[in-house]
Amino acid sequence: MFSSMSLTMFSSMFSTANPVAGIVHMFGHSFLRRAFLAGTAISLASGLVGYFVVLRRQVFTGEALSHVAFTGALGALAVGAELRVGLYGSCIVFGLLMAALGSRGRADDAVVGSVFAWVLGLGALFLTIYTRSSSASDGTAGVRVLFGSIFGLSRGQTTASVIVSFGVATLILAISRPLLFASIDEAVAGSSGVPVRLLGFGFLGIVGVTAAVATQAVGALLLLGLLAAPAGAAQRLTSRPFTAMWLAAGIAVGSMWAGLSLSYAAPKVPPSFGIVAVASACYLVAIAITAGRRAAGFGTLGDDHTHSHTHSHTR
Amino acid sequence: MIAVVAATVREGLGWNLVDDMRQLFELHFMVNAFRAGTIVAVVAGAMGWFTVLRRQSFAGHALAVVSFPGAAGAVWLGASATAGTFVASVSAALVIALVPRSASGGGDGEDSAVIGTVQALALASGVLFVSLYGGFLNSLNGLLFGTFLGITDDQVTTLIIVGAAVLAVLAGIGRPLFFATIDADVAQASGVPVRMLSVVFLVLLGCAAAEVSQITGSLLVFALLVLPAASAQRLTSRPGSSFVLTIVLAVAITWVALAAAYFSVHPIGFFVTTIGLGVFVVVTVAQSAKVRIQRRGRSGFTSQGLAA
Repeated sequence: MFSSMSLTMFSSMFSTANPVAGIVHMFGHSFLRRAFLAGTAISLASGLVGYFVVLRRQVFTGEALSHVAFTGALGALAVGAELRVGLYGSCIVFGLLMAALGSRGRADDAVVGSVFAWVLGLGALFLTIYTRSSSASDGTAGVRVLFGSIFGLSRGQTTASVIVSFGVATLILAISRPLLFASIDEAVAGSSGVPVRLLGFGFLGIVGVTAAVATQAVGALLLLGLLAAPAGAAQRLTSRPFTAMWLAAGIAVGSMWAGLSLSYAAPKVPPSFGIVAVASACYLVAIAITAGRRAAGFGTLGDDHTHSHTHSHTR
Repeated sequence: MIAVVAATVREGLGWNLVDDMRQLFELHFMVNAFRAGTIVAVVAGAMGWFTVLRRQSFAGHALAVVSFPGAAGAVWLGASATAGTFVASVSAALVIALVPRSASGGGDGEDSAVIGTVQALALASGVLFVSLYGGFLNSLNGLLFGTFLGITDDQVTTLIIVGAAVLAVLAGIGRPLFFATIDADVAQASGVPVRMLSVVFLVLLGCAAAEVSQITGSLLVFALLVLPAASAQRLTSRPGSSFVLTIVLAVAITWVALAAAYFSVHPIGFFVTTIGLGVFVVVTVAQSAKVRIQRRGRSGFTSQGLAA
């Protein structure tokens, strides 16, 4: 957002030149290379983690984490600490806390929502403390945390995001088989020796890290766009678990690339909007496709598990 | 500009309550803030009572989130932000009410994925409109976390008209709506148009969410819409008295929050959410203590009633 002036200049070149030269030109800018590098890693991790978030019905936890991310980041700024310390710290601690509460902590929806509203209100308080206490600080900190600043990543931040994201992706792939088992049928998985409780804990810790790293790209408020939309679309399109998982990752990465390019071509469009808009459009297309298939009488998807199983057997 | 005016007049919070009150109502914008706040609180209380009873608090939240791109889009197009919030929230309410529920859908996970996506897209669109408008970061924070500065006479008038209309319709459908909420099947069987009522209620909820977001901002409507009702329904199980208590609590929370925000530098959203949650926590703790004492007296009987 803050580099929109220089962006206007670049995009005029982009639109006049032929596409190939335009793309070459696009990657001539270091801020865009960094955005693509970090964005690819972050969206890959979000897509993989998001698949399990949707499968395990923990989208609400994802939303809660986005509130906590905002307050944690600004709380750290308010007391003069590094933003990322607060971001990662609050997300991981809260993720583990949610795991510890588990099903016992399933309080009234209204209560949970109210607590999260209060957390956001607290974030707004930290925002004013931060912007008033240090005159040198920039007033856009709050906006950057809420809506992301992927075009403003420094070299160090990019490296950190890539390392963390690949770490998350590796971890989730390593535990994907038992996690899938535990997500689909917890009781059976538990009785056949899968450490269900430990997996639940570890998974929400991973979700916390993902939320923190994705907040830098799309911002706290738009986190669900990267976490839930690709996964929701993938689950609609296929009922095979591992295909869906990779499809979710693919849709997330594709949305990231398309969103970044869109925002580069039209500088007035914030990158976060581009990314979330493309991801949502994918979800919409997936819904339309499945609705069309259902209307055409295939009926092999999602809601009809037994049918789809027999189908794959006969194949 | 307003801040400068306020700084010259404001002597700060003292021990003289009368003097504090005089300061509070000295400036026109503050009088307007109290007018707007009171109207909003009454509407929020009345609608919130039904919302909590019908367990639709997240619908209220979603409708308020949608009001953010509505306001930002209206500002970008040069229209009034208030009008934008109402148009956006009411159309969203109609969409939610009229799109048939996917009975054969993928269940909870899928549903919440849709809601999460729609919410993220709405917020992203808001950022897009702000960016198209040319950035206006203070007003962005106001839209998200609430502001009481610069409420105009026109805005107060709009709030009164919409608020009165909402309350009038609510008064008209209140009794059958209550019936349909408590026991939808029996209500349906005895000829109450349950589905129609739920559509009308969602549209009213859209109006209410838009009104509340004028004070608390789009992200914090829960504080005024849900917390007073949740507190009141824990305090008493009689519908009539808990309804009145909800409105009283909502108005009280708003007034205290407005006064606190005036005498401090911190945003009103923080005060509304903190006071609202504080009331709820106190009520819950007191109630559970009372229940424990009652249990000790005669075991097995609790008077939780509706609140449960």
